[in-house]
Amino acid sequence: MAVEDIGSGCSSSGDQEFHVLAVDDSIIDRKVIERLLKISLTAVESGSRALQYLGIDGERSSLGFDELKVNLIITDYSMPGMTGYELLKKIKGSTKLRKIPVVIMSSENILARIDRCLEEGAEDFLMKPVQLSDVERLRDFMLRGGEDREVVGCKRKTRDDSCSSSVLSCDRDHPLSPISVSAMAHCKPISKRSRLLATD
Amino acid sequence: MQRQLANMKQTLFDQGYLDEQFIQLEELQDDANPNFVEEVVTLYYRDSARLIQNIEQALEKSPLDFSKLECLMHQFKGSSSSIGAKRVKSECTQFKEHCRVGNADGCKRTFQQLKKEYATLRKKVEVYFQFARQIGPVEKACRSK
Repeated sequence: MAVEDIGSGCSSSGDQEFHVLAVDDSIIDRKVIERLLKISLTAVESGSRALQYLGIDGERSSLGFDELKVNLIITDYSMPGMTGYELLKKIKGSTKLRKIPVVIMSSENILARIDRCLEEGAEDFLMKPVQLSDVERLRDFMLRGGEDREVVGCKRKTRDDSCSSSVLSCDRDHPLSPISVSAMAHCKPISKRSRLLATD
Repeated sequence: MQRQLANMKQTLFDQGYLDEQFIQLEELQDDANPNFVEEVVTLYYRDSARLIQNIEQALEKSPLDFSKLECLMHQFKGSSSSIGAKRVKSECTQFKEHCRVGNADGCKRTFQQLKKEYATLRKKVEVYFQFARQIGPVEKACRSK
């Protein structure tokens, strides 16, 4: 299986380490995103490989759900076989996986595509080539749960009465709910839009 | 020596061979990943060789499968964009346009131009890397942007 498991040395040690699944058919982009995120990451080359890794492809899975540790999925949009959008739909359509935030990347600034992905539940949409500033925003979002717990808790309480755990200590029982994540994403609609519209 | 290296890089930018994405890659290079840019560029060469061969084969077919060509070129454009290969990327864009309107001659012409730009970029980048290697770790300490 063409899975590059990069820097996941401590991922088996428990629920503390944040782990990302990156999906992109370009080997160059997989290498760059791994270096950009600087975090425990598994990179796969296609949507179907991603589903195998996540254990919902129905045929064979590499890990049982109990061992699965994915806190964020970042995927390219245009891929042969299964697009990032189709992968997003499959993830959001799965009861055990739909709470995992999904970020879409694309080299094409097509508003209809962006809207469709966001409507389907994507947390963010990044223009390629992905830059450090995009990753800073993602990292803020990933870490905010740990540093800004009070604020995040308040936001969640208006939409969801339960007190979910922070992103960093995101364990399988209380993954970050999509509602609270959308609430955070809506905090920065201007920067996201302006970055998107400013691209050529 | 450092100024020479900085000048080389500036020339590559002024002449439009590279864009700011290349700088992004350099910013990701550090002591733990000292050869990151070269590694990415090497992957790019390998991937490009594959794509160029596939495109060449596809261009020999008759009639041309424009949608397949556009798909291959989309990949080439993507990887060129990821390393900051500005001129190559621009040729890719032109090629895709020709595909969109079904202009076979345009595709073939642009592809020849693309291969030239790609070959030139490779040569210039190799010279740059060789020079950077000669300078060694000192360059990393005072890298100018």
